Amino acid sequence: MIPAAFDYKRAGSAEEALSLLGEYGDDAKLLAGGHSLIPLMKYRLASPAVLIDIGKVSDLSYVNDAGDHLAIGALTRHRDIEINELIGSQMPLLAAATRNVGDPQVRHRGTIGGAVAHGDPASDIPAAMLALRATMVIAGPSGEREVAADDFFSGFLETDLGDTEMLKEIRIAKVPDATYSFQKFNRRAQDWAIVGAAILVNNGSSGVGLVNMDSKPIRAAAVEAALNSGANAADAAAQAAEGVEPPADLNATVDYRQHLARVLTRRGLEEAGR
Amino acid sequence: MQVSINVNGSSQAHDVEARTLLVHYLRESCGLTGTNVGCDSSSCGACTIHLNGEAVKSCTVFAAQADGDEVTTIEGLADGDTLHPMQQAFHECHALQCGYCTPGMVMAAVSLLDEEPNADEATVREGLEGNLCRCTGYHNIVKAVLSQSGGGQ
Repeated sequence: MIPAAFDYKRAGSAEEALSLLGEYGDDAKLLAGGHSLIPLMKYRLASPAVLIDIGKVSDLSYVNDAGDHLAIGALTRHRDIEINELIGSQMPLLAAATRNVGDPQVRHRGTIGGAVAHGDPASDIPAAMLALRATMVIAGPSGEREVAADDFFSGFLETDLGDTEMLKEIRIAKVPDATYSFQKFNRRAQDWAIVGAAILVNNGSSGVGLVNMDSKPIRAAAVEAALNSGANAADAAAQAAEGVEPPADLNATVDYRQHLARVLTRRGLEEAGR
Repeated sequence: MQVSINVNGSSQAHDVEARTLLVHYLRESCGLTGTNVGCDSSSCGACTIHLNGEAVKSCTVFAAQADGDEVTTIEGLADGDTLHPMQQAFHECHALQCGYCTPGMVMAAVSLLDEEPNADEATVREGLEGNLCRCTGYHNIVKAVLSQSGGGQ
């Protein structure tokens, strides 16, 4: 499968990428690791006229300890997050979610920013962003702005990113006393989740993000409310399908997805010691 | 557009369309047909090569993205007539049946042991999750990889 023809531009820096975005606007797409965008282009579900390759902008690949939070460069590859000691020790939920992305080859290329900016409800990383209450740092023609994960994911493969903006950094507050679990149900090792759950249990501010349970990455708000008011794992997990609208497809009916969300949330909460 | 890629230690420069996928570049521009196209959708791993030393699926990388980079294909693994130890292990353990997945499987296995030199059986099985063998010959493939791992005994 060969994608439709496009003009290829390589950006040497974030500034150059923004200037190219300013020039081409919605005719252009940013290309990071390409492991979400290139398949879409091969299936002709996306046919951008211009690709702006930011894959070699190495100064956007980092994990920094910024005191009360970790700052992660948008072009940090999944593999580099998987083996990063700061992430492993301070944010193990993100490491666990990342290990579930695709397979080793995919994780060698794919980036955290690419996975987040793609906004796929079936992707593992956005659910972790919701559970961890990440903040997206977005650069645009008039400077930088910050958007909470809840406001970032706006629809199916749609985010708050404008045509001339790029995701630059992801900030995640440290939660040293939290426990976690990442649950994923699929039929074959490397498949997308039929349903998944990213779970962070923290006294008074637990976070639960669901994979593939709505048209956009979604928070299990009813589970969080139950946890924060002291419910046990079984009672909290029973709320996992409340207020969300899962899709039906060849893998699962709506009822089955709701069932899986409750089961996986309960398993995750129990694994997290709730 | 012009791309320059170091393939198996030799500098290559070719004029390609921007939409040329790395696997087609390797097979058609470089004439290296050891790398196979399987599913063509980054699931099966038949097209696995090393890009700057790491296993990637060359059906999901544009040749343009690899401009200035180093690529190793299955043809670049052996030292003259001496097979790479992983190729030799596949031979000795009868880790191939039809052979279609083999180049990608070997490239993935070499990359896996570079990262996890003491991989045990569970690590090998999980580490090869991105490579499918339609003959379902996984048992001997895992045996071959474990024979090269410090954790395989």
